[in-house]
Amino acid sequence: MASLNEVLEGKSICICAGSGGVGKTTTSAAIATGMAAQGLKVCVLTIDPAKRLADSLGLEELGNEARRVDPALIEEQGVEMKGELWAMMLDAKATFDELIARQAPDEESRDRVLDNRIYQQISSALAGSQEYMAMEKLFELHTEGGFDLLVLDTPPTRNALDFLEAPKRLTQFIEGKSLRVFMKPTGLAAKVTGRGVSVALGIFKKIVGFDLLADLAEFFNAFSGMVDGFQARAKRVNKLLADPETCFLVVCGPQGEPIDEAVYFHRKLVEAKLPFGGVIVNKVHYPADELRTEVEDLPEALAEKLGDEKLAKRVAENFADYQALSERDARNIDHLAAELRTSCVIRVPYLDEDVHDLHGLTEIDRYLFATAEERVEMAAGRA
Amino acid sequence: MIVTGKGGVGKTTVAVALGLRAASEGKRTIVCEVAAQENASRMFAHTEVGFHEVEMEENLWSISIDPDESMREYVLLQLKVRAMRDMLFRSRIFNYLAAATPGLKELVTIGKIWELAQLDRKVKSGRKYDLVIVDAPATGHGVGFLQTPRTFASIARVGPIHSQAQTLDRFITDHEHTGTAIVALPEEMPVNESVSLERDLREEVGVAVDRVYLNGLYPERFKKEEAEKLSALAENENGAARAAARAALSEHGRARSQRQQLSRLKKGVSAPVKTLPFLFEPELDVEAARKLAGKLG
Repeated sequence: MASLNEVLEGKSICICAGSGGVGKTTTSAAIATGMAAQGLKVCVLTIDPAKRLADSLGLEELGNEARRVDPALIEEQGVEMKGELWAMMLDAKATFDELIARQAPDEESRDRVLDNRIYQQISSALAGSQEYMAMEKLFELHTEGGFDLLVLDTPPTRNALDFLEAPKRLTQFIEGKSLRVFMKPTGLAAKVTGRGVSVALGIFKKIVGFDLLADLAEFFNAFSGMVDGFQARAKRVNKLLADPETCFLVVCGPQGEPIDEAVYFHRKLVEAKLPFGGVIVNKVHYPADELRTEVEDLPEALAEKLGDEKLAKRVAENFADYQALSERDARNIDHLAAELRTSCVIRVPYLDEDVHDLHGLTEIDRYLFATAEERVEMAAGRA
Repeated sequence: MIVTGKGGVGKTTVAVALGLRAASEGKRTIVCEVAAQENASRMFAHTEVGFHEVEMEENLWSISIDPDESMREYVLLQLKVRAMRDMLFRSRIFNYLAAATPGLKELVTIGKIWELAQLDRKVKSGRKYDLVIVDAPATGHGVGFLQTPRTFASIARVGPIHSQAQTLDRFITDHEHTGTAIVALPEEMPVNESVSLERDLREEVGVAVDRVYLNGLYPERFKKEEAEKLSALAENENGAARAAARAALSEHGRARSQRQQLSRLKKGVSAPVKTLPFLFEPELDVEAARKLAGKLG
């Protein structure tokens, strides 16, 4: 079974992906902390982190740029920090604005785009722009080359597919090839494309109202000078994602639904020819396989040891419930490993405390970065 | 009834539980999923329902609202001339515009929810429902989703879509007929998000939250003194007894920290909080939802 260290060997980008609520943010922060402790200069790009996690990393006053986490905070947890941990909170709108400023041929076109209501909608609210901007920021940091490893916490899309397709959808929208015609609906283009288009436009106008259409036309006009720049950049971003130095980790939980989504997401990664590294299953109820034979007379044995029959009964019931969950988790993880044909399935146990500070992160790192033998030992220890 | 909350907190389970309860009271009920999700039908171990109203149990229906289908249906209802409709659907530019216009997908999805909730259904052979339950998208997208009609009404200042967006906004904010529930988990982040979600829903969307469900609460199985006894056992024993004691201590610790989160949640939100028990069950199927249905209060 491969360890996370083997998977991340020689990688300069690690992207944590998965559906919402599976612990992506925590996992990303833990990976970054662990790799930094080993001596790398690492930056974690996170989106909407838990307030207390942000506080503990000293992230509260962070804007859209990387800041270094005080190594003393990590060493307080008994972890030697050989490298550097940096972190930033991604601001999608600000990143988009920066990108426009960079691509715009002059100030006037820049302001025309920034002031456009359609742009404001897209940059802040349109599903997909967060994903696109996360990639954009990743590309920017990678190009600047200041870090050994970048860890990206992807936005909480409910459907994992969105995350892969959103950037493409958004660039297509911005390119708006078929919409050139729409900028001058009565011009030559309309004649060439025929009556169908103008009727379709007419109906669309009727349905969405003229103002919106005018705003859209204005948006595409304002954007027209930047299309080529955007296309070229999008190509380079895509190339970076498919680079062998990039590694996608799928993060999921042990229940049926997150497992199904992880399988689905893995398939999408393979189809898109993106480099899959492994899967991290959070909040696993660790098994007590080897103990199953003794469980039969457990209530009696416990009653004898505790001197309290009722308590013993409750302890045994609780244990049976726990066993049922750990059996389910083991079943689901076996299924996952078989579907993904991967040897890298890293299980992080359901810890007794919520993870929202550096203490919790270093605790998680013990499992994330454990070797195969250590993992077996820890599994036995927890059980 | 709109059911919302952070990803992975059990929105679908709660939505289905609400549906089961209403159906058992004799109300003709439908559970709507958005963005082509099929989690509800999966809970019933039913084949995918797609953009169709399908009966899961007596009085309980399910639909997965696909925005493209909603758009199609909307246009069909708007345009009476058949030739025009056909041309429109064939037109690449129309499909492109429909896909590119920010928020249009969300708007037509809400439009479909509105249509399902009408006493006088717009679609042919549509029968009225007594209750429409919406399994809304996860937070982040959640507020944006419910806000779409308001945003749209302000972007499209004129035209039919302007007045329709206003109708939808009134529909969402009509507290007499439309209720909202937030689902949370007794953990740090979900509690924080639920608190800010309630505030955003109230201030930005104009929706009042009727209830917050705190899902997955562990029972308090052990007292403090008992936990001390079990700690000693975990240290001194081996094998199954140690494992059982460890599991009990873990449960005890979780149950306690969950109660701290519960009190944080109660302080943070203004809507009443109702707790739902953690179900020690391998898969959350319809029987699990049925158990919760009895505890919704």
